[in-house]
Amino acid sequence: MTTGKTGEPHDRVDGRAKVTGQARYAGEFTAPDLVHGFVVGSAIARGKIVRIDAAEALALPGVLQVYTHENTPRLAWRDRSWRDMVAPGGSPLRPLHDAEIRFSGQPVALVIAESFELAREAAGLVKVDYEAAPHETRLAEVESEAHEPARGKKGYTPPPKPRGRADEALAAAPVRVEATYEHPPLHHNPMEPHATTVIVEADGSLTIHDKTQGVSNSRDYVCKVFGLASDQVRVVTPFVGGGFGSGLRPQYQLFLAVLAARELRRSVRVVLSRQQMFTIGYRPWTRQRVALGAERDGRLCALIHEAVGNTSRFEDYCENVVPWSGVLYECPNTRLEYGVAALDLYTPIDARAPGAVTGLWALESAIDELADALDIDPLALRLKNYAEEDQDHRRPFSSKALRDCYREGAARFGWHRRTLAARSMREGALQIGWGMATGIWEAQQAPSQAKALLTVDGRLHVASASGEIGPGTYTIMSQIAAEQLGLPLAAVRFELGDTALPPAMIQGGSATASSVGSAVLAVCRALQHTLLKLAQALPDSPFGGRTLADVEFVDRGLRLRSGVAPAVPLAAIMRHAGLGSIAEQATAIPDLARQSRYTSNAHSAVFVEVAVDEALGTVTVRRVVSAVAGGRILNPKTARSQILGGVVWGIGMALEEHSMLDHGLGRFVNHNLGEYHVPVHADVPAIDVVFVEERDDVVNPLGVKGLGEIGIVGVAAAIANAVFHATGRRIRELPITLDKLL
Amino acid sequence: MLPGMGDDTCAITLKVNGSTLRLQVAPWTTLLDLLRERLGLTGSKKGCDHGQCGACTVLVDGVRINSCLSLAVMRDGASVTTIEGLAEGDALHPLQQAFIENDAFQCGYCTPGQICSAVGLLAEGHARSDDQIRELMSGNLCRCGAYPNIVAAIGQAMRPRRDA
Repeated sequence: MTTGKTGEPHDRVDGRAKVTGQARYAGEFTAPDLVHGFVVGSAIARGKIVRIDAAEALALPGVLQVYTHENTPRLAWRDRSWRDMVAPGGSPLRPLHDAEIRFSGQPVALVIAESFELAREAAGLVKVDYEAAPHETRLAEVESEAHEPARGKKGYTPPPKPRGRADEALAAAPVRVEATYEHPPLHHNPMEPHATTVIVEADGSLTIHDKTQGVSNSRDYVCKVFGLASDQVRVVTPFVGGGFGSGLRPQYQLFLAVLAARELRRSVRVVLSRQQMFTIGYRPWTRQRVALGAERDGRLCALIHEAVGNTSRFEDYCENVVPWSGVLYECPNTRLEYGVAALDLYTPIDARAPGAVTGLWALESAIDELADALDIDPLALRLKNYAEEDQDHRRPFSSKALRDCYREGAARFGWHRRTLAARSMREGALQIGWGMATGIWEAQQAPSQAKALLTVDGRLHVASASGEIGPGTYTIMSQIAAEQLGLPLAAVRFELGDTALPPAMIQGGSATASSVGSAVLAVCRALQHTLLKLAQALPDSPFGGRTLADVEFVDRGLRLRSGVAPAVPLAAIMRHAGLGSIAEQATAIPDLARQSRYTSNAHSAVFVEVAVDEALGTVTVRRVVSAVAGGRILNPKTARSQILGGVVWGIGMALEEHSMLDHGLGRFVNHNLGEYHVPVHADVPAIDVVFVEERDDVVNPLGVKGLGEIGIVGVAAAIANAVFHATGRRIRELPITLDKLL
Repeated sequence: MLPGMGDDTCAITLKVNGSTLRLQVAPWTTLLDLLRERLGLTGSKKGCDHGQCGACTVLVDGVRINSCLSLAVMRDGASVTTIEGLAEGDALHPLQQAFIENDAFQCGYCTPGQICSAVGLLAEGHARSDDQIRELMSGNLCRCGAYPNIVAAIGQAMRPRRDA
């Protein structure tokens, strides 16, 4: 019997479904009346449609309809009806709404046919004439027009006010480094393309299987846009084939599938092609300037960090790029600035560790440049400037075991054997470089609910409308519940991804374990409370006058912590009370009064070895150690996997990934997985993940900080720093492809 | 016959996961779309439809192929094994078990392709080291980054063969 305890490395409870092909994703649900949609995207980046001719497509037998802006019914007219839970400020895209083209690939028609192949064939027959207007897709051309982002994006915090006098302190600093860092737009490319299957039920209501990181977000969006009551729309998504942020906002295939299903009164599926996956959001193109001033002993005296990221012309996507620079190192004089500049591209969207990945790539490269300028070991320089409190908010950290990350990571890596000078470690034709960087991410908690049903046969069903994009939600929630009630893991079933369940926060920001986990904890505590009360009514009950603090739930039973008597079976307690089952529901709300007195972050230290072939310029990552302080670890096995994934993303960002724009066409041109390079097996070495001990009773009742983001933060800088150490070449524009090293 | 396709369908015979099926298929239908859309075997995934991601990997006569790059009519008479056909009843294939034990997946979308590809890899018998596994599995992308665990899982499944 596998006991269900947190802190133990359980195999995933949904593992069997995933290795046997039984796990069902959004585009895999079906219905007898199902028809298929294929999207036609705009061929120009800006302008308007002057004529659209679907006659040839409609003439094909089996083609049911072609929707364009000319025959799409007018729907909600206020922007706020189109704005989803996590939309940034601005006016969201309204697909097929009017003739205006705002970005290349914008959906201009949806073809509905009896088969997928037919819909795709017919989509190629839709003729669209455009009147093109000049477009701009070069960040450098609009950087000077950067503006403060419009308000509205959840989680965005404008940079803190300057502290001290950073510019004067920089000018007076004995040692200075100053540089500009840049990375291109980066598309998430989850393996599962975005897909929506809309099933029209007999009563006319809609069951929607949507690739989303928040079923409630998709449901609310559909209700607002189409003017439907919430009981007419149910979104059910038990599995998501990777999100990484791309599923935070409803993507256009959701709107299109619902539109067609309502018009035709038939079930409809719309799946984006891999090419079309490059017409949705991405990590924004960002240019950053970092200037550091230090005393000769390495103490920072000035820190300036300015960043400009791209957005679209119709929404102000924004992210927290620069605030980390005010909190990570102790420095009396800081100035942090951030703006967004509009291009004729679709709006960016949060991508794994949004903002932090970007900011830390620049900051941690600059710190390495400073270490080089000072002739100081890069780790020693970071320890010299270690921040013991949050200077920007003048408050303590709820916990910060970053020093342990540095120490344990360095020990595992063998950092002390590193020679200081660049180009000093060579193996034959290979230049070897060792680099490191720090990572940081905010620990967050958002309100969430859960319900639970304990039956007398000893089975526990727990549910919350959360998601499973891959972190192991099913598994850790089952562990939390099993532990609370002393049940084997197999006796617990956790259900998620259904708007019929109690609402949960959208799955993002590494906050599912803290938010939904706290709700699961709360509902299990409610069950405990009920069971204890019932147990007190047993004849000769040993529990009279006892509280939950005096008892424990073990081996499917209840017993006194202090006693030696065997546990009283939960089934016996329920039978005595004449109950076949006990149901509870609970809400977990963050204790903001307490949490707001602290700053709560997850941290990491990442150490990388690269080998660079001097003649060819090829960079190989040979080993990585990532030491993470992420609070309590609920499942070391799935936790390690999350960090592995983050590191692999970091390798991609540093060396391979690049959504390339053809500025003449205003379009991403390497829009496939053969030309947009993501790491493959051969690119990924052994990765050593270390979790350092970290207790935190402020962040949430579970003491967890979330692990989905922290693994990637800092990795690109660590690799760039290792490349510098290997070659003496400082690459400030990602990705570090061989042309930049030759 | 499928709507809109006239009479241009072809009769083929396929053995899919042990069952012999006689099918009328349009000549442009890929093996992947046949499996997913007609036969309801959605375990084989569509990640790119261009043979660039490996999510659609199945075994045809024991050899791993990208089923999105093969038309169904080209496989007349072949024996196809998909992820749904690897386990024997409740007993998982050793690779399926090894994937679970090594946490060799996260979202699970590339997993059927990884496992089918690994079955093919073991049958080929060329991989003798972790580096060779990495090289010979590089046609199967995993965006969650489970690669180190996938290599460990395949290594675990290989080991008894090495000892033999």
